[in-house]
Amino acid sequence: MSARASNGTAVIDADVHALVPSIETLFPWLDAHWQEVAQTTQFRGPTDTPYPPSAATSMRPDLDPAAGVAETVEDLRAHVLDQTGVEAAILVCAYATEAIKNPDAAAALSTAANSWVAERWLASEPRLHGSILVPGLHPTLAVEEIERCAENPRFVQVVLPVRSFTPYGNRIWWPLLEAVTRHGLVLNLHFGGASGGPPTSVGWPSTYLEEYVDMPSAFQTQIMSLVAEGAFDRFPDLRVLCSESGFAWLPSFMWRFDRLWHGLRREMPWVRRAPSAYIRDHIRVTTQPFDVPVDEFPRVYDHIGSDEMLCYATDYPHWQSETVAAAVPPVPEGPALRAILGGNARRLFGLGGDRNGG
Amino acid sequence: MAGEQGRYTGPLVDCDVHNALPSDDALHPYMPADWRSRRDSLTYLPTAFRDVRENLGDRSYIGAEYPRPTKRASRVDAWPPGGGAPASDLAFAQAQLLDAWNISYAVLNPLLGIGEMLNLELAAVMARAANDWLADQWLDRDSRLRASIVVAYEDPPTAAAEIDRVARDPRFVQVLVLSRMIEPMGRRRYWPIYEACERNGLALGVHNGGWGGHPITPAGYPSYYLEDAAAMAGAFQAQVGSLICEGVLQHFPGLRIVLIEGGFAWIPALMWRLDRAWRMLGAEVPAVDRPPSQLIRERFWVSTQPMEEPEHPAQFHELLDQLQMTDRIMFSTDYPHWDFDAPNQALPARLTADQQRKILHENAAALYGLPTPADAAATGD
Repeated sequence: MSARASNGTAVIDADVHALVPSIETLFPWLDAHWQEVAQTTQFRGPTDTPYPPSAATSMRPDLDPAAGVAETVEDLRAHVLDQTGVEAAILVCAYATEAIKNPDAAAALSTAANSWVAERWLASEPRLHGSILVPGLHPTLAVEEIERCAENPRFVQVVLPVRSFTPYGNRIWWPLLEAVTRHGLVLNLHFGGASGGPPTSVGWPSTYLEEYVDMPSAFQTQIMSLVAEGAFDRFPDLRVLCSESGFAWLPSFMWRFDRLWHGLRREMPWVRRAPSAYIRDHIRVTTQPFDVPVDEFPRVYDHIGSDEMLCYATDYPHWQSETVAAAVPPVPEGPALRAILGGNARRLFGLGGDRNGG
Repeated sequence: MAGEQGRYTGPLVDCDVHNALPSDDALHPYMPADWRSRRDSLTYLPTAFRDVRENLGDRSYIGAEYPRPTKRASRVDAWPPGGGAPASDLAFAQAQLLDAWNISYAVLNPLLGIGEMLNLELAAVMARAANDWLADQWLDRDSRLRASIVVAYEDPPTAAAEIDRVARDPRFVQVLVLSRMIEPMGRRRYWPIYEACERNGLALGVHNGGWGGHPITPAGYPSYYLEDAAAMAGAFQAQVGSLICEGVLQHFPGLRIVLIEGGFAWIPALMWRLDRAWRMLGAEVPAVDRPPSQLIRERFWVSTQPMEEPEHPAQFHELLDQLQMTDRIMFSTDYPHWDFDAPNQALPARLTADQQRKILHENAAALYGLPTPADAAATGD
């Protein structure tokens, strides 16, 4: 990926990661109690991860994880920002605080991670825009953290793991959805999640490969829940970015959802348009992984039926492409590519003054 | 209704019909006396609790019931005038389904909840009774009928023994399990069932439904039946991945798997995702010796109802092109359920005569070994 695509399109990377090296990194923002717990017990903060370190999908193939990757803003500059010269990148701290059942620990670590990101990443790198990490098992505490962080305009979204203990359209989450929209933030649903429940509706699979392949079902669950519960009717400005979701599953999902809605809409009379119309208006997805064969892309793109839904992302330092170069969407030059590489994310996040209410 | 499709006048096979028990005690004549009396005493329902779903003997997973859009999720016109549940009365089902649509063969997949019973001993007794009931009350009374073997699939060795017992009757063409079980289907606890399917030359039918005690989504329980119904496609995808990743298809090379009432528009995206994941993460699944998409096309069949309907008819043809599984798609009505697909309206776009013949008849006839109606007449079947 060059600084700009060859046609001059500026590029936005909608999903790059900061990795917390260890809980000690966060000590400057943790109170004495949690520092003491970390020093005197086995508690190391969230150690569950949807990215097993040795999986090929977990690390860009040209990087050496032993050397420390994505742990400092200097890493990110060297590996992404300066190398590829993207105009802007959306930074997500991959730290599974939702895995921590202790609500106080989950909240304290979320707060510390957000402060670390704000002070050590966002403050020194204007190309970066942050994501608010929240304790994902506790909607009330999550709202408190959003209120605290939203004062910093460098945070542009709230990140939630796509695997939750209950779908996000459920009304217990509405205070969070309200806070997200009131602050003009994007709701980011992110690959992974450690709620304690199994990653599939048929139980715990034996392999990470299955867990990885089954993740689109979780994205579909969340989208369906937000539409079915009426979240987009109640919060018309709510905009959702699905990260590391892929997009090949979108057409058949919309066909299935629309068909069932025609038969079962009596259950949800507030849903007055076909679900696919809500999805095209409110949902955006990243191009990681680029989960269609190159020659199938035109048909899948046509079936998606929107030029506004796909947002380029690398998922650095995770890497779901088979080579370093393959992270660039193999899409021909043209308006679609320009929208994917930058235009859609720019409008979604209101970067460069191009705010889009969805 | 596409004109070309209407011209198909050949034999028709319906791969998914849900016959039901005419009464709660309809299986009792087929149960051993001790179990019959035990069940009578356990399932006595005082009228004060008539809305309670189940009683002492029939405990299953609780806490995830989503009310269906109609009673028994059935067409409102499917209730037999003589009483009983939809599709519990053979004569009425014959008139409303088999005769009305001139169906040559129908495969019965009774959804009796037996595989989900927590009491495995009772489930085994009930499965055996259900199979004897199927032969006695249905297969013996209409030569157009074929059936799936009911098994207590959470007790695989017992299920395998039941398969061996019933498979001697060639009118049983398939073993029936539900798409959500306690563990992913590829895991070894279920292998005795697959071995028995292979040994007896029976297809494995994986029908939409079941529970397994897990939420219907990877993100917990949703609120509405629509979500429950839509999420079932995710369960099917997880099962396909499990069967492939665990090496079931290599270990049982004769096993043929039918995904029933799961739709199929999701299969191309699953194939692409599985193939790419296999290229990147394949070290984890050494048994998988070829691209998962190839295994899917070789070893899986699908039924048509409920089909996802593309927004534009041309997209349906593009879907068939992506699938490359036209030899694997089999027509089904899902009678008597509310989302019944009529044979003349099920397929959403104009199909070639060849595609219609395969989907409406030949694919199922080949898989289940069904004689063509002309052959059947010649042999007096």
